[in-house]
Amino acid sequence: MGTSIQEHPEERRNLEPSTYSERLIAKVCMLAGKIMMENGAETYRVEDTMTRIADSFGMPRSQSFVTPTGIIFSMEGIAPDTRLTRISARSTDLRKVTEVNAISRRISAGELAPEKALELLHEVESSRASIAPWLRTVAAALSSGCFLIMYQGQWGDFIPALVTGGLGYLAVTTLDRIFSVKLFAEFMASVVVGILACLFVATGLGRELNTLIVGSVMPLVPGVLITNAVRDLMAGHYVSGLSKGAEAFLTALAIGTGIAVVLSFYKGEGLGL
Amino acid sequence: MMIGEQIATSFIASAGFAILFNVPAKNILYCGVAGMISWMTYRFLLEGGVDPIAATLVASFVVSALSQIFARSFKTPVIVFLISGIVPLVPGGVAYDAMRNVVQHQYDVAVQLAFQAFMLSGSIAFGIMFSEVFNQVIRKLRAP
Repeated sequence: MGTSIQEHPEERRNLEPSTYSERLIAKVCMLAGKIMMENGAETYRVEDTMTRIADSFGMPRSQSFVTPTGIIFSMEGIAPDTRLTRISARSTDLRKVTEVNAISRRISAGELAPEKALELLHEVESSRASIAPWLRTVAAALSSGCFLIMYQGQWGDFIPALVTGGLGYLAVTTLDRIFSVKLFAEFMASVVVGILACLFVATGLGRELNTLIVGSVMPLVPGVLITNAVRDLMAGHYVSGLSKGAEAFLTALAIGTGIAVVLSFYKGEGLGL
Repeated sequence: MMIGEQIATSFIASAGFAILFNVPAKNILYCGVAGMISWMTYRFLLEGGVDPIAATLVASFVVSALSQIFARSFKTPVIVFLISGIVPLVPGGVAYDAMRNVVQHQYDVAVQLAFQAFMLSGSIAFGIMFSEVFNQVIRKLRAP
């Protein structure tokens, strides 16, 4: 229609009055969006989920603007309300994204009241990772070994790749906690991978340096960022798409530089510096 | 190419990635299947003499379509399956070769390889995009 509410105060009375407190609805939407964004969902999906939740609670005119570093959400109604949440840390926990998605589906089906939804979302937010860190390290190690074989490596290099890839992943998770600069942690982890791979080859335990390094570095590859950057760009979210793309590019650069530093010292014949 | 070996390793590698990203336990096997299908599509096309860029494009189209089917059947976000499926296609090896050549001061080779890595990533993006557009068209035709 193009007429804004401010110009026609009588239109406000025509709005379907929401049965729930607006503040509560805004809280539910914000929390759902925050959890999704912090755990690796695509931007357009976060926006979609937030407006859907608001819709099903009887607030049809909501707007959300999501970027990787913050969320702005506003609702028009009897008391227009705009909120901002800062997102400072992002990681990947797809279980949380899936759970918020399930909660949002239940809200759309009318099964959940806002109070209960908020409670469930808080539970999701505070829940710990269901997969133990050691198991993730094992998974990273196995992936590295398998990538080595996929890249036409020899089975003799399988065990060295397991060790190198596992320790590389362990390094990135540990260093990330210590330094809290993600790029530096990734750089150092790939240095670790490079040194270990060179040691394996120098001692004769490993055979092909190149496939060994490529396989072992795979758990550090920013797969989530690459995929989400593409999907966000396609959905027209250029701000998010470009910033995620930049993050992915910098991560790849950090990994490459770490490997390059090691390779520039190691010439392939023993440990000649 | 030893087919059994490639099927097993691509399945385990992708399922391992699903564990790294904390995918819910019941979906991990499907993530492995997605990765396996994307890698086997890519490998078979390569063996058939198809250019790596075209092979990556087709493989990412296939895995993206598969992820959408999985997502709809299990009522789970698409990315859960898509990420594990895409990871095997990421041109890690080419990017590594590019970096190695930079270190060895062979910049001409390095630039060529870097461009190849860039084109491969671009074809992943386009594969996902084609599949998504395809999916939207189908949905529109079904529900006019």
